[in-house]
Amino acid sequence: MRRLVRLGAAIGAGAVVATTGYAVDASGAPREVLGPGTATVEVGIDQSAFDTGPLRVAQGTLVEFVVQNDDPIDHELVVGDAEVHRRHALGTERRHPPVPGEVSIAPGDRGMTYYEFTEVGSITYACHLPGHEAYGMKGTIEVVPAE
Amino acid sequence: MPITRRPYRLAATVLASSAALVATAVPAGACGGLVGENGSIQLTKTSTLAAYHDGVERYVTSFEFSGTGEAVGSIIPLPDIPSEVVRGGDWTLQRLAREVAPAERTEFSATADALGSPDGAQVILETQIDALDITVLKGGGDEVGTWARDNGFLLTPDAPEVLDFYASRSQIFMAARFDAARAAALGQSAGDGTPIMLTIPTDAPWVPLRILSLGLEGETLVEADVFLLTDEEPDLLAGGPGLSLDRSEAANDLLLDDLRADVGMEWMPEDMWFSYLQVEAQAADLDYDLAISPDARTLPTLADTGVTPPQVRPVHAPGPALPVWPMAAGALVAVIVAALLLRADERSRAVPA
Repeated sequence: MRRLVRLGAAIGAGAVVATTGYAVDASGAPREVLGPGTATVEVGIDQSAFDTGPLRVAQGTLVEFVVQNDDPIDHELVVGDAEVHRRHALGTERRHPPVPGEVSIAPGDRGMTYYEFTEVGSITYACHLPGHEAYGMKGTIEVVPAE
Repeated sequence: MPITRRPYRLAATVLASSAALVATAVPAGACGGLVGENGSIQLTKTSTLAAYHDGVERYVTSFEFSGTGEAVGSIIPLPDIPSEVVRGGDWTLQRLAREVAPAERTEFSATADALGSPDGAQVILETQIDALDITVLKGGGDEVGTWARDNGFLLTPDAPEVLDFYASRSQIFMAARFDAARAAALGQSAGDGTPIMLTIPTDAPWVPLRILSLGLEGETLVEADVFLLTDEEPDLLAGGPGLSLDRSEAANDLLLDDLRADVGMEWMPEDMWFSYLQVEAQAADLDYDLAISPDARTLPTLADTGVTPPQVRPVHAPGPALPVWPMAAGALVAVIVAALLLRADERSRAVPA
């Protein structure tokens, strides 16, 4: 059974994204810049792999990540800086309470979280369940100055 | 423009997991994937017999309790639906190991209707063998993975891909889970093994090897012994490095008599062909299975190797090394003959003036 959307953050903020954002296919190679403003990125997970291709985001963009887990095992999407990933890499929780930039997705479920890219640079996303990042469940998002 | 891209690759198969049991012993061995708590693998060198006679495969493997860690389970992909799953004989695997052991032979002793779920894996068979709960399942990779997860198995991140890998060929799996309380009641202790034998009517026997790498880091060394008994010398196909055919010969009468005397092995005919293969591969390289043609009239199936043609390779026993001296002698003779011919030619041209 798939739940429609698990809010990974404040409902109010999510509603703003839903009404004013636009969706972008994140799976292809094109590296168009998302934002500024709001954007929605759909992320599929199958065979323990994110189907998200390279992402570029304009500084200041609020991105809503809608994640579909098509595997029979748990996964998570954690977006954040090095400290966030370090904490999760050392943590032992198999599921996390909803936090901006972090969402746990049960098998067959759909989840959502959002993250505001405030600084130019590179931001990493990953699944920190045991062995998943080493298996390849990670990637980077390039944040570029807003035009 | 929206955009959802969710490639759903249905493919294939297997997994192992950690049962929600409080236990201090874990089953190790068996030609299956094993995953302990937090995805840690506890796998020792495994040993398996695949015997094929008269259209029926007998698959014998053993689960051994290592005595450490939390409880785990194991899932083994099967080529077809087994008609029977019973406790294996007491010494079959040990006798086979002794057959190929370099050490001097010594006396051996005896040691040791489907419940369907509309959207999930079907339970084909359930049984208990010693402290093992055995369940034979039918389903796709996702369905079997979901069943395993719902039944306390902890699946490693490579599990969805591996399950899909096998389910694309055969949607039959066997899950084995160790019941620590029952093991204690049975007096089992660390090191005790529980052999099981599956009787599998099938036209296409194959031996799952990739499953042995489940949950392992790429550089981890996987070791396994695979014994084959067939009516005739088999053709074998596999798909990569790390698999060697070390023995291929008519099984000797002593071996056949010993095996036939074990429990459940009375089906063995008078003559069989004996093959012994060793797996010694890094987990990253072990992405193939062993396809078997049990007689000279059929060829092993490429698909049963689990890899594509460029990677498929036949498995041959190492042939005898060519002796060097005949080649050297031949070369020497050729040089002498050439020299003599040249000299004769020079003499014929040296006409006196």
